Amino acid sequence: MTLLAPTGSGQPPPAPPAARSGRRRLLPYLLLLPGAAWLLIFFGVPLVQLAAASLYDPSGSLSTGYAMTWAVSNYPDVLQAYWPQFLRSFGYAGLALVLALLLGYPLAYAIAQKAGRWNNLLLVCVVAPMFTSFLVRTLAWKTILSDNGALVGLLRDVHLLAPDGRLLATPFAVVLGLTYNFLPFLVLPLYASLERLDHRLLEAATDLYASPVQAFRRVTLPLSMPGLVAGTLLFFIPASGDYINAELLGTPNEYMIGNVIDSAFLVRLDYPQGAALSFLLMAAILAVVFGYLRRAGTEEVV
Amino acid sequence: MARETPAGDLRLANLTKRFGVFTAVDDLSLTIGQGSFFALLGASGCGKTTTLRMIAGLEEPTSGQVLLGDRDITRLRPYKRPVNTVFQSYALFPHLSIFENVAFGLRRRGIRSVDDEVTRMLSLVQLDGYGNRRPAQLSGGQQQRVALARALINRPQVLLLDEPLGALDLKLRRQMQIELKRIQTEVGITFVHVTHDQEEAMTMADTVAVMNAGRIEQLGAPADIYEFPATAFVANFLGQSNLLAGEATGVGGGDVAVTAHGTRFSVPAGRSRAEHGPVHLGVRPEKLILVGSADQVPAGHQHVTGIVTDASYVGVSTQYLVRTGWGTELSVFAANSGTSARVAVGSEAVAYWDPRHAFLLPRDAADTDRTSPVLDEPVGASS
Ligand SMILES: Nc1ncnc2c1ncn2[C@@H]1O[C@H](COP(=O)(O)OP(=O)(O)O)[C@@H](O)[C@H]1O
Ligand SMILES: [Mg+2]
Repeated sequence: MTLLAPTGSGQPPPAPPAARSGRRRLLPYLLLLPGAAWLLIFFGVPLVQLAAASLYDPSGSLSTGYAMTWAVSNYPDVLQAYWPQFLRSFGYAGLALVLALLLGYPLAYAIAQKAGRWNNLLLVCVVAPMFTSFLVRTLAWKTILSDNGALVGLLRDVHLLAPDGRLLATPFAVVLGLTYNFLPFLVLPLYASLERLDHRLLEAATDLYASPVQAFRRVTLPLSMPGLVAGTLLFFIPASGDYINAELLGTPNEYMIGNVIDSAFLVRLDYPQGAALSFLLMAAILAVVFGYLRRAGTEEVV
Repeated sequence: MARETPAGDLRLANLTKRFGVFTAVDDLSLTIGQGSFFALLGASGCGKTTTLRMIAGLEEPTSGQVLLGDRDITRLRPYKRPVNTVFQSYALFPHLSIFENVAFGLRRRGIRSVDDEVTRMLSLVQLDGYGNRRPAQLSGGQQQRVALARALINRPQVLLLDEPLGALDLKLRRQMQIELKRIQTEVGITFVHVTHDQEEAMTMADTVAVMNAGRIEQLGAPADIYEFPATAFVANFLGQSNLLAGEATGVGGGDVAVTAHGTRFSVPAGRSRAEHGPVHLGVRPEKLILVGSADQVPAGHQHVTGIVTDASYVGVSTQYLVRTGWGTELSVFAANSGTSARVAVGSEAVAYWDPRHAFLLPRDAADTDRTSPVLDEPVGASS
């Protein structure tokens, strides 16, 4: 039997000439070039400019001009002034993430494993809100949650809400808006992971004494980890930098760091402050992401 | 070692499974003795996997019961049954190491120290040192052995094996058959082995059940089934048979008289499943002996005459096709024992047999002769 084994395709193919292999080695870089150029021009250059702006003299203004004074103190200053908004950003985004996970995981699981031939239709339903603009959707929520809307009326009638209680302009409304607006970013990668999950593995787990909860914990969850990590990041990053939801569904009491940056650049025209805040937000998000990836990474190995 | 309560026989009582209007398993009743090696043999799509899944609890029966000893486990959740399965697709957990795959069942039952047991089990299936690999890094045969170890380590009362050797090449399959049989003898667990390979069923099992279209056609020891099949389906599924359509005309002197194609034959009453009416007279190809003329037929034997139309030399034997006067081609296997000369294609020949090797089966009136084509290795149709 082994005697006959190595009669495959005969000779190995001849080694390619050096020139061709050289070009082949260059090819990946050539393919990278347009993307790299794009990033350099539209991300790298503004980033450097923003970094410079964050170090301008804070006493300057758009009309009098800014002087580059390497004012590193901009950073502690903005942090001192706006740390509540920072905390609120991550608090709201975190809460919204928890809500989105509670809603999105079962949803993605059901679409991937239980929906059968309806799964494509259901996926379209998940994405459908994206066909309208982010602003329009958030404004719609403003109407739904408004004080004289049907929902508030109903909640007041059943005494879930005080007679003068409201939904709009509360932290609840902002978190709800964040949850709603970024849910598809969580559901889609999760769906992609769960759709590949072989249900026979779950049967095998059940056959090997795993209760449904254990089967989920030991098989479904670890196998959906890549989608879960990707989805959580895709949800959390834009949610923590968002300002539309706080702007439209909240009050200045619910303002997140995005709103502060927005007003620094567009209302107060305080460029150094806006730039410093932007960099702090970026640093904070990067720290959260790396911390999370390290933990999620080890979790998967265990 | 024995963690389970004293086991008992596995009994299926009137087990039925319907998918819509289609009946996959039809009123199946059988008893599988504790510690026996039981083979469920049948063609692809006959309901073998469905039967196993009902025993494992992965499929709910439409009606009927599954009993283990005195215990009715029909509605018991799969993770509460002392039954484990080696799946047709192996279904190893891709995200876990081989070690963790094998330890899975123990850990789910809250057993803390699993190291010794897992190591022992890996060496039982000859995979020492593979504990740290992932399933994707193993060959098909190795994965199959992991699947076996993962199930066996739990010492279930019943181990279900769903065509576990189907994906292996012939040599490895033979090797694993011997291995499985050895392991079963060693651990003494009831094995229910599903296969569509009749040779596999016969070499491994104490008891074979031949299944067809959701029903059991015959159940018994391999030799008993082979020597005296109960139906035409069994006669041709388990090995091959030459079945001649005839009419039985009653018992006389311990023999049943049969007229087939104008010739009178007889079969001992003990080897007859019908004494009147339409019957199939069956003789296995290797029970037929080919000679040149009728006067070479020994006394007390019966014969038919025909023309040799094909002879294939396969080493251990020569397989002939003999066309009878009425057009049916009979298979004849002549052992290559060097005692008889080869018969040339195109020559007239006489095939004779000892009536004690023939058997008689009831036949649908419309049914004619049935002979199966010469098959090589039973081909593994996947299902
Ligand atoms: N979940 C199901 N739904 C519908 N039909 C099924 C299902 N499972 C099996 N069947 C049908 O039942 C029959 C028996 O299947 P199976 O038990 O898998 O056969 P085997 O294992 O003997 O090849 C097949 O015809 C198959 O198509
Ligand atoms: Mg099957």
